[in-house]
Amino acid sequence: MSFINYSSREINCKIVYYGPGLCGKTTNLQYVYRKTNPDQKGKLISLATETERTLFFDFLPLALGDIKGFKVRFHLYTVPGQVFYAASRKLILKGVDGVVFVADSQIERMEANIESLDDLRINLAEQGYDLDKLPYTVQYNKRDLPNVAPIENMNKLLNPRNIPSFEAVAVTGPGVFETLKNVAKQVLVELKKHY
Amino acid sequence: MSGSDLVMYEEEFGKIDEELQRLYIQTNAKVVFLVDKNGQLIASAGETHDIDTTSLASLTAGNIAATGGIARLLGEKEFTILFHEGEKDNIHISLIGQRIILVVIFDSRSSLGLVRLRVKKVSEALTRIFNDITSKSERDKSEGKIDESPFAEISDEDIDNLFR
Repeated sequence: MSFINYSSREINCKIVYYGPGLCGKTTNLQYVYRKTNPDQKGKLISLATETERTLFFDFLPLALGDIKGFKVRFHLYTVPGQVFYAASRKLILKGVDGVVFVADSQIERMEANIESLDDLRINLAEQGYDLDKLPYTVQYNKRDLPNVAPIENMNKLLNPRNIPSFEAVAVTGPGVFETLKNVAKQVLVELKKHY
Repeated sequence: MSGSDLVMYEEEFGKIDEELQRLYIQTNAKVVFLVDKNGQLIASAGETHDIDTTSLASLTAGNIAATGGIARLLGEKEFTILFHEGEKDNIHISLIGQRIILVVIFDSRSSLGLVRLRVKKVSEALTRIFNDITSKSERDKSEGKIDESPFAEISDEDIDNLFR
């Protein structure tokens, strides 16, 4: 649910990073935070446990610039990936405009990826959304590790519709902005369709 | 997704701002602000300059969402009022018309009783304004006023430019 304010001439959109535990959702946001100009970003808020596992969500507001005189703001959120935080995870999806599914490329995490993607579908449906109709991008993260699954296999398992997908190493940055840019673009195109 | 988008026009924004300013003065609060349930800041009044209102808005919405989750587990529909008491500052959060969150931050210059009383009064006015906003944007959509929208002409280039 985007928020269009004609009075302050602003558009606010919400993008949620989803994925299994330890797949690198928070790391994506941290990289975006590090590489964005101070005047374009707000604080990166992390509600995490003492061991730096996301407890509720991370939040990063980004002001990217203007379109037709409207300030365009994206609010990036992550969900807690661990299975037992299911109840909190659902809450974050409320009012989402675009979703990034961050998949962990390590072979041993494939099952966790599939489970998380199913969970995403179900939770979206509960809020009245259909993943196939939402702006949506897939990121194959941790491509620098030795034990990664081939992209074709991951595509077959996690991306049967063949929507845009990006290989990434969120710790050092490759693919992070490409992913964000892609989903943001889809969100704006969607906005254009409706307004 | 467009069905539930919030579109704010100048006229209604002015009315909301007026209500918030009044509440701010009447409650002797430090800051008063309005957030939608998804964490977007709608409007604010008071000493906002040294407060990170964007983060505050997002966390408040998270707070309401978590409390709402607890409510449903207990078979309640929603807890409509939250109150946090600090050493100096207190925060009063209330849910208006199921969709908007009104936040009042106040210190010893005000009191919980006063805030509760005034918030109750302003809630009715705000509910009316937000009902107007909803019917207005629905009307605009059905009348095809969408053509006037600035977004109809967004080009790929505009979007690319955002990421330069």
